[in-house]
Amino acid sequence: MPWDINNKKCIRCGGCVSVCPFAALELKENVIFNEKLCTLCGICEKACPVSAIKVTK
Amino acid sequence: MSYDVIVIGVGPAGASCAKKLAENGFSVKVFDRREELGVPVRCGEGLNERTQELIGKIPDRCIAQRIKGARIYVPNGKYLEAVLEYGGFILDRRFFDKWLAEQAEKAGAEIQKNTLITDFVKENEYFNGVKGEFQGKEFEEKAKIIVCATGAESALRRVLNIFSKLNLIDSCLQYKMSGIDVDSDFIHIYIGNEIAPRGYLWVFPKGKDRANVGAGVIPGKQNAKYYLDKFVNDHQELKKGKIDLVEGGCVPVGGLLKNMVTNGFLVCGEAAHHVNPIHGGGVKEAIISGRLAADVITDCLKKGDVSKKALSRFNEVWWEKRGNHLARVEKLREVVEKLSDDDLNDLVDALKPEDLIEFSRGSKLSVLAKALMRKPRLITLAKHLL
Repeated sequence: MPWDINNKKCIRCGGCVSVCPFAALELKENVIFNEKLCTLCGICEKACPVSAIKVTK
Repeated sequence: MSYDVIVIGVGPAGASCAKKLAENGFSVKVFDRREELGVPVRCGEGLNERTQELIGKIPDRCIAQRIKGARIYVPNGKYLEAVLEYGGFILDRRFFDKWLAEQAEKAGAEIQKNTLITDFVKENEYFNGVKGEFQGKEFEEKAKIIVCATGAESALRRVLNIFSKLNLIDSCLQYKMSGIDVDSDFIHIYIGNEIAPRGYLWVFPKGKDRANVGAGVIPGKQNAKYYLDKFVNDHQELKKGKIDLVEGGCVPVGGLLKNMVTNGFLVCGEAAHHVNPIHGGGVKEAIISGRLAADVITDCLKKGDVSKKALSRFNEVWWEKRGNHLARVEKLREVVEKLSDDDLNDLVDALKPEDLIEFSRGSKLSVLAKALMRKPRLITLAKHLL
C-alpha cells in the first residue's frame, strides 16, 4: 500500500480526517483510508501531530 | 419513525442545538459515535465564565479549576498578565459534555451513543435521513433536517465539501500531566516562532500539581509532539511530572465559511470552523453556533420550508453575530504569526494586559496597529489590522 499508519503512534485524534480534501479518511477504531478517494497528496501526513502517517508515492 | 431533526454529534454545538430544538417542541434524535461523551478530549478545556449567560450555571463537578485570567509569555520570558473581569475556568470535559447532553435529554431530545453515521439519505435533492452502524448492524433514520455537528474530524463534512486547509489549522498535541508545579490562578500561554511556529504552547492548570500541557503549531518541519516534548524538557517544573494521557487534534483556526447549509442540511460548531482563530477556543463558539442554528431551524420547520434558501438564514445570522467578528480575529492571527520573536518581545512593553483580551475578541485592533507602526518595517503589516 502506498501509505502506512503506525497504529502504535496514532492517538486517534482525527486530525488527518479534518484536513483531507477528498474525504478519503475516516476515524473508526483506527484511521481508515479509502483507496478509491485517496490521491496520495500527503496532507494528512503533514497535519498529524505525532507523525503516525507515512505516504510513500 | 421519523424525526423533525437529526443531529450528528453531541459535543457543545450538537447538544446546544438539540436542547433548544427540543424545547421548541420538535422531535430530535441525536447520534454520537462515542461510547462515553466528553472522551477523548480534544482541547485545553478553557472557558470564559460569561459563557454561563448562554447555558446557565455550570455545575461544580464540570469545573476542574477556576482561573483569574491568562499570562502570555513572550520569547524573552517576560509576560503580560491579562485578568478577566468575570474570571474563567478550566472545564472537565468528561463531566461538562455529559451535562450538556443531559440538558438536551431533559428537554426531550433522544440521544443514541455508540453510533457511527456513515452516509446520508437524499430524496429529490433534499437531505432527509442518515445511514449508520449501531451494534454491528446498519440502519437508516429519517428526518426533515440533518444537523452536522461532528467537529472537524469527520468525513461527513464532504456534503458541503468542507475540509480544513493545512495552512489554516493548528496541529495540536496535549499531555494531561500530574506531579508538576503550576500557578493555578492563571492559564499560561507561551508564544514564539522558535518554540511554537505560528501557534502556541499552553499550560492549563487543574489544581496546583496537574495541568493540560499542550502545543499547537502550523504543520511544518517538525510535528506538534516535537515542540511539546522540547517545552516540557525545558521546564523543570513540568519535566519532573508524569504524562497521564495523550490527546490531540487539528483545530481549524480560519477558513470561515460563507455557506453552511443546503437543502435539508446544516453544519455548525467546529465542523463549520466556528473556532476563535487566535486561541483556537471552540467551546463557546460551538454553543453560540448550535443555538443560532436551532433558532433558524425552528423558523424553517414552522414554515415547512427546509430549502437551502430558507436555511441560508443561518449564514446571515451567524455572520452577523459571530463571523464578522471572528474574521477580524483571523486578521489578528495573520499579523501575529508574521512577527519575529524580537517583535513579540517589544510588544510586551508597548501593550497593556487588558488590550490582549480585547484583541482576542476582535476589538481594539487599532491599538495593536499603532504599537506595530512604531517599527517602519511593520507598517504594512499593521495596516492589515485597520
